[in-house]
Amino acid sequence: MNLAISAATMAIDRSLVIRHLYKEYTVGKPILRDVSLEIGGRGITAIIGPSGAGKSTLIRCVNGLAPATRGEIIFHGEDITKLSGKRLREMRRRIGMVHQEYSLVERLSVMENLLTGRLGYVPAWRAWLRKFPESDVAHAYTLLEAIGLEDFANRRADQLSGGQRQRVGIARALMQEPDLLLADEPTSSLDPKTAVEIIELLATLAASRDIPAIINIHNVDLAKRFASRIVGMAKGAIVFDGPPSALEDKHLGEIYGGQSWLE
Amino acid sequence: MSGAIGQHRWQRFSVQQRLARFTAYLSAVAAVVWAARSVEIIPEFLADAPAQTADLFRRMWPFDWSYYGREVHAALIETIHIATLGTLLAIAFAVPIALLAARNITPSKTLNLIATFVLVATRSINTLLWALLFVAIFGPGALAGMLAIGFHSIGFVGKLLAEALEETPRAPIDALRATGAPPASILSKGYWPAVEPSFWGIALLRWDINIRESAVLGLVGGGGIGMALDTAQNNLYWDQVGLVLAVIFAVVIVTEIITSTIRERLI
Repeated sequence: MNLAISAATMAIDRSLVIRHLYKEYTVGKPILRDVSLEIGGRGITAIIGPSGAGKSTLIRCVNGLAPATRGEIIFHGEDITKLSGKRLREMRRRIGMVHQEYSLVERLSVMENLLTGRLGYVPAWRAWLRKFPESDVAHAYTLLEAIGLEDFANRRADQLSGGQRQRVGIARALMQEPDLLLADEPTSSLDPKTAVEIIELLATLAASRDIPAIINIHNVDLAKRFASRIVGMAKGAIVFDGPPSALEDKHLGEIYGGQSWLE
Repeated sequence: MSGAIGQHRWQRFSVQQRLARFTAYLSAVAAVVWAARSVEIIPEFLADAPAQTADLFRRMWPFDWSYYGREVHAALIETIHIATLGTLLAIAFAVPIALLAARNITPSKTLNLIATFVLVATRSINTLLWALLFVAIFGPGALAGMLAIGFHSIGFVGKLLAEALEETPRAPIDALRATGAPPASILSKGYWPAVEPSFWGIALLRWDINIRESAVLGLVGGGGIGMALDTAQNNLYWDQVGLVLAVIFAVVIVTEIITSTIRERLI
């Protein structure tokens, strides 16, 4: 039985297809303009681009936090832009997200924050009574070990450092046992050394579980170092798409504008 | 030299502004004078006041201590019960209304408006008026008092709770939505941890206020220690009135100490 389930899980197509995506918060002022992107079932895709290029909006469209205005986002054979209510929630629990400012629930413990990753699966009354299934708790302890915070289970999230918080954020996303990992500027509020460690952790954990990841990132060097594919965005459109080795200064000029800062 | 004396004339306000400010001061003085005239102070009574006050205190002391065991103790306990149950009743009503009033939780403007209206309406009717209403419906006694306390407190608890809910940071809530959590779990794991300290602070503060309010409910038939006060006053037993006032004062101080100690620990 277990074998059958894992075989079925293996067979699930983890690729994401975005077709002609538009997003407008104000009518006539699109944040995303005709974005089309196919993300294969594995590896890290880094999205780079200046602030306001639409990177965050693109990622938030994928899990429906920002409803798309037009276009298609196909995952697991369903168009996410058409989903709502329970079906959208069922889709969301298959997509893990790591957030910019960690977005942990500050007054809950590390363990409770990890277990919030299971809220899509556990009935609300069980979550309220903290009666999470034993397998979830066991999984949480395994992840705590993987992120090096096994002694912090009962520490409150607001007592952690930035790097520790983001580790918890990554573990929470993995608690969902996702088929896709999204990360929105996961290192923007961290120091350079911690930033590298966090991206490395994210890359290692995603690779060992064979989960494809899409990471928005400001730091071009980090993107080149860890991603197998780089997507450059400017003014709501994709202006570069290729392997890190193909990314040259002229592309960076096109993505960020101007040339003088590259010298 | 640009700083020669007499070259610049500086004034904080223009002529019109000074005129407007003078008019505002004048109106304020006029309003106070007008108000004082309508109070109609009777000079004879005013001159007599110190003697009357001294006389009243002489009649109060020594207290009739035996009145405590006979009437006051039971009434005092009833007062505390009225305040506590009234506060619980208010919380039970206020929580769902606060959820409807908080714009980040209930996206419907109509529901926000209706909930806010309920909060304002319950709060704007004084506890004593609620008590008169409930005494008319249920007869005099603790039940009417408890309902009066409860209904008047809905607005206070609900408004402050709705504000606390609206101040909840957006990012962790979005993070829970992104996990596919149903609305009930987002409330219990996202909003509740964020507003928990405010919630207990509001509940304690309201309980503290309600102890004081329920002390006078007896004057209109709402039960509690105010009944004992009313009886003593009607009988002109000033030594009993003095005792009741002293007991109310003591209880208010004790609840103040209790609630402020707990509040300190919460934050």
